Amino acid sequence: MPGVDDLWAAYKLRWRRRRLLIRSLSKRGQLRALVDRTGALPRRAILCFATVRNEMGRLPAFLAHHRALGVGHFLVVDNGSDDGTAAYLAAQEDISVWTTQGSYKSSRFGVDWLTVLMMRHGHGRWCLTLDADELFVYAHHDRRDLRALTGWLDHVGRRSMGALMLDMYPRGPLGEVTDAVAPLRQLPYFDAGNYVMVRQPKLQNLWVQGGPRARAFFHADPRRAPTLSKVPLVRWNRRYAYVSSTHSLLPRHLNHVYDRRGGEAPTGVLLHTKFLPEILPKSAEEKARRQHFENSTLYEGYYDALTADPILWTEASTRYEGWRQLEGLGLLSRGGWD
Amino acid sequence: MTLGFVLLVHTAFDRAEQVARYFAANDCPVVIHVDGKVRARTYRAFRARFREEPNIRFTRRVRVEWGTWSLVRATQLATTRLLGLFPDVRHVFLASGSCLPLRPVAELRSYLDDHPETDFIESVTTDQVTWTVDGLETERFTLRFPFSWRKHRRLFDGYVRLQRRLGLKRSIPDGVSPHLGSQWWCLTRRTLESILEAPDRSAVDTYFARVWIPDESYFQSLVRRYATEIESRSLTLSKFDIQGKPHIFYDDHQPLLERSDCFVARKIWPHADRLYETFLDDSRAPTRRAEPNPGKIDRVFSKANERRGQGRTGLYSQARFPAPGYENGLTCGRYNVFCGPEQLFEAFEPWLARRLGGRVHGHLYHPERVAFAGDETVMNGCLSDSVALRDYRPEQFLTNLLWSTRGERQSFFFGPGDVQDIAPFLARDPNATLMLVTGAWAVPLHVSNEPFEAVKAEAARLQRAEMAFVKALRSPGVAARVHMWTLADFVTQPLEKLQGVLDEIVGPGPRRLTEMPEMHDLSAFHGFLQKLRNGGMKPQVMGDFPADYGSREGRHHG
Repeated sequence: MPGVDDLWAAYKLRWRRRRLLIRSLSKRGQLRALVDRTGALPRRAILCFATVRNEMGRLPAFLAHHRALGVGHFLVVDNGSDDGTAAYLAAQEDISVWTTQGSYKSSRFGVDWLTVLMMRHGHGRWCLTLDADELFVYAHHDRRDLRALTGWLDHVGRRSMGALMLDMYPRGPLGEVTDAVAPLRQLPYFDAGNYVMVRQPKLQNLWVQGGPRARAFFHADPRRAPTLSKVPLVRWNRRYAYVSSTHSLLPRHLNHVYDRRGGEAPTGVLLHTKFLPEILPKSAEEKARRQHFENSTLYEGYYDALTADPILWTEASTRYEGWRQLEGLGLLSRGGWD
Repeated sequence: MTLGFVLLVHTAFDRAEQVARYFAANDCPVVIHVDGKVRARTYRAFRARFREEPNIRFTRRVRVEWGTWSLVRATQLATTRLLGLFPDVRHVFLASGSCLPLRPVAELRSYLDDHPETDFIESVTTDQVTWTVDGLETERFTLRFPFSWRKHRRLFDGYVRLQRRLGLKRSIPDGVSPHLGSQWWCLTRRTLESILEAPDRSAVDTYFARVWIPDESYFQSLVRRYATEIESRSLTLSKFDIQGKPHIFYDDHQPLLERSDCFVARKIWPHADRLYETFLDDSRAPTRRAEPNPGKIDRVFSKANERRGQGRTGLYSQARFPAPGYENGLTCGRYNVFCGPEQLFEAFEPWLARRLGGRVHGHLYHPERVAFAGDETVMNGCLSDSVALRDYRPEQFLTNLLWSTRGERQSFFFGPGDVQDIAPFLARDPNATLMLVTGAWAVPLHVSNEPFEAVKAEAARLQRAEMAFVKALRSPGVAARVHMWTLADFVTQPLEKLQGVLDEIVGPGPRRLTEMPEMHDLSAFHGFLQKLRNGGMKPQVMGDFPADYGSREGRHHG
């Protein structure tokens, strides 16, 4: 039986969720449809939502990867790109594009915009919310597409699935340009076993930190290290709302993507391709724009460290081989899906 | 036309059609029951597809709710119709729209021809059943279940509890012996007709209509009444997950399914194109005719279920973050913690590394540095030697280290000068072997050149920390293997004690301590303790250190 405190917390969270939804709705005027192809979306289509800014370098691989997984349609908000991203997206048959010049930060890092689109198009569908530098992998993803995965999640009564964001990095300095084209060939390494986590009592989500950024940039102040836990895949309802990026959402039962009774829940990995060579100029730009963290001045040291072209690779780094390897390392779990 | 199929369909109509046509084309009549919840338009369109197919017929529709009588009702209707329409049918095979034959249906038919009188149905007495998820076995037959388990779980559970408390019981009709089993069976005409035409059928049906999950008990119980020869197993391969939901088979399961030698499997993912293409193609190379053997693939699925249910011990991840008490083991493997001997013996760490093998770290929880073995700055899994990162989550620092070095023995040193946050965890962990010589930390102090006041303050601080640690190791709930001596105790027979601990760690072996570490000179130690006492401190944890230690025994040599 839930205690009074818990009921009170649930009540407060319900209002918080409503405020988030109203806040998002109030931002809908900032979105201008560039190409809206959502008219004839099949009922069972799996949708992918993303906010992008100047992502021409990553988009081809991002789209190819998630198309192969069976994403039916991409709904993308372009936040003032000037490298042709919007036009590139608009030219593709399975993408709808909205543009905005609004502030990334004051739209909760794009979440407000996406919430509006998800409310309109995501209701009742499985929605995968990603950044352009994330590649979603899960057990059997090479042989079973998202239809199979979401069909199974429906079958076992799960409405959401969690994923660990895995920072990928190159062998040499971050700024070093190599011949490789595919992001995972340029960034084949990752940290296999330095992740730490606690359960957040309020939203009941798991807060995972660690990886190369914690190790290289936040070793003096680990609490500030980036959050790596995400809930990117949700069977959406128009009443749902992401709280901070896709790290947690409301209602909070959707955050129960990890097992608390000793078992392993189905969990994917987001291969994070943030550290392509363009990270150097981008970091300088982000530092100037102050659009990426709540309290941006605290992160100036982080941007400075990035711009200094560091090497994240160590003798103990692991080279990416595929989902079975990640499963063996305990970073990904099939969660009974065999 | 000796074998007929009853097909229960509620979704994936294209696949159901494909399978039904395959059966019909192989001279096996099919009667399809489409769930009453399917919209009339969809149903009519589906039915119209078979207008030219005399061997595929339909039966009256029932709205089927999971776990209720409606499923049995639908089966009864379809079976009656099949038996009536096709008088040559001798065996009826109950299948669903998501079933797929794994072997040519001709093989199944000839198998049944070899067993013309046999009923294939899993039928197990209730006290033998171990697979139910809800924990209701015998009570399925003796309680009433008016509330939906899926929609009104609380009412369901509450009403079950109430009936238990009040001792309410339904009586089981005469001649019915409760049995449970898989709902997918293959029965003979004779048995089915006996069940369907029994004089007391209406009474039996009324009873079963209120039994919990009758589709797993109606035919399973009644065959015991009429059948002459029961093979208590299902010819349909199906595997269940820890929630009792059937596992779904995908294209990549093809080799596994082939190896099972089963005739039919469920349930198949409707988009598993390759499975349907392969298994419905009778022109494929004939396989050897083996007895169905679902056990061959059990191992794979029971492993998946175990991972899902128990998880990997010692893993903390985005998938597995057990609440306190649910860890099923705090860490993934045994490890050793040495507290004190490194202060007593010269060059103990390299000696221990040679003796124990594996990785022998220094003081992992030293306040100023994480002393990984070999002075590494990152360990397996990129575990950093940053003190701040370690102290941020000290327990997960250790669980990460152990997880990433699985299969390799880990040992490290720990003392009262270290960051103590990990201490309660070490005490709770049955994988920890702790060797503790209390007061050994004072050995380097007694030869220190620091001013005496500083030495005394340090001694007081370390003693306080050690006493807290010792208390933690003596509190209830300690699961670590603890070998603890006071310094005074330990120095009476140091090598034997050390040997005993190491033997426990590596197992008694032929390898004796041929080369022994050398102990520091302790001849001035008693004087040092007295000096502390005189200075106003009370050294306790060393035990009663003998005044004549150095002169009596001399220095120890290996």
